[in-house]
Amino acid sequence: MTEMIATVPIEITVNGRRRALEVAAHHSLLDVLRDELELTGTKECCLVGECGACTVLLDGRIVDSCLVLAVEADGAEITTVEGLGPEGRLSALQQAFLDKGAVQCGFCTPGQLVAAQALLAENAHPAVPEIQEGLAGNLCRCACYEQITEAVLAVAEGDDR
Amino acid sequence: MHTFAYARPATLAEAVALLEGHGPDARILAGGTDLIIRLRDGSLSPAVVVDLKRIAELAPAIREDGDRVVISATTVMTDIAASSVVARHFPALAEAAAVVGSVQIRNRATLAGNVCNASPAADTAPALLVYDATVVAEGPGGTRRIPLGEFFVRSGVTTLARAELVAAIELPIPARRMGAAHVRRTRRRGHDLASVTLCCGVDEAGTTRLAYGSVGPRPIMQVDESGVLADPAAPAEAKTAILEAIFAEASPSPRSMRASPAYRLAMLRVLGRRALATAIERLEKGE
Repeated sequence: MTEMIATVPIEITVNGRRRALEVAAHHSLLDVLRDELELTGTKECCLVGECGACTVLLDGRIVDSCLVLAVEADGAEITTVEGLGPEGRLSALQQAFLDKGAVQCGFCTPGQLVAAQALLAENAHPAVPEIQEGLAGNLCRCACYEQITEAVLAVAEGDDR
Repeated sequence: MHTFAYARPATLAEAVALLEGHGPDARILAGGTDLIIRLRDGSLSPAVVVDLKRIAELAPAIREDGDRVVISATTVMTDIAASSVVARHFPALAEAAAVVGSVQIRNRATLAGNVCNASPAADTAPALLVYDATVVAEGPGGTRRIPLGEFFVRSGVTTLARAELVAAIELPIPARRMGAAHVRRTRRRGHDLASVTLCCGVDEAGTTRLAYGSVGPRPIMQVDESGVLADPAAPAEAKTAILEAIFAEASPSPRSMRASPAYRLAMLRVLGRRALATAIERLEKGE
């Protein structure tokens, strides 16, 4: 039978932890991550899928969580910026962002990190144009693009040593 | 966002029944990259959103079926851009799918959704027209096959009937060797909507198919069977005359914020020639 209800029970795995939730059909995945799970690393910004501040991994692929209804994520595995590094420690990419000064105001950083992590998972040694293309959906209004690219390259190169 | 009920049908028949029952109060959800923006800004306020992603018949798939390739309704741009089947038979479609939005958008946006949204700037539309795509619609009356050239009406409007949904896009495997290219003009590199989006295909018999979008209310395709455009040795004046006739239907809106009509019309000609040259080169190289 077709379900048709205004609130929907869903089960999602967020940063390795299974969560059973009751969500409103019109709430986005972004709303639920921030307001119900209190994972406020993922940022709300343009709400039209242009800026990438709300980027998360959904079943291994990056998505703009503002353009995903929470109910659509039922059964999925989600990784947010909070899940990139081991508990209480920074991932290599997070450390590289600090080392290269790739963070100014920091608002876009969680989305940049998640997108860059996905890029490196698919292509361990991206060239600069591949990094630019891979991160084209993540805007940085402080214009740290050079430093962000350097940070991604540093991790990619570090992989070689 | 306005409240709505969420329906997750498990079969195509259930989905069609929901659409029939709710009429214009139902909206279809596939990737959501267009729909969710419009639910949030209030330009759409359906009573029920019908999610197609748990319908087995519509599960993501790109499959060869005899003389055609069938791309199911929930297949996303990322998978089309990476598909070896698409790369082999329809390389310009792979090129177009690879420039839609950003990685984040391509991981959600579906080809069927791009077609149903009927944006004049839809990047996959020109390539689908060049490759002679057919829309497979399912509705209360059963299956209907609509040639893509008869599908687009204007922005957001298609010839889909009430309670019909797009189940798949079918592309005939070209019978003749073909070279094709997709090109576009945007304001910035990376994530942007096209000011002009265009695809050209040239086959070994000398037929040229040229389709373009973002310069009028719907994407347009024109065919040159004279062999002049496909012939690298044909005189420039002869080619210009044919190209001018091909572009005669372009009517860019003066109200668009992306580019002026004069700029679009100028770029349409530049991109048309570039795509034609690339298509001929690819035909010669067998790419």
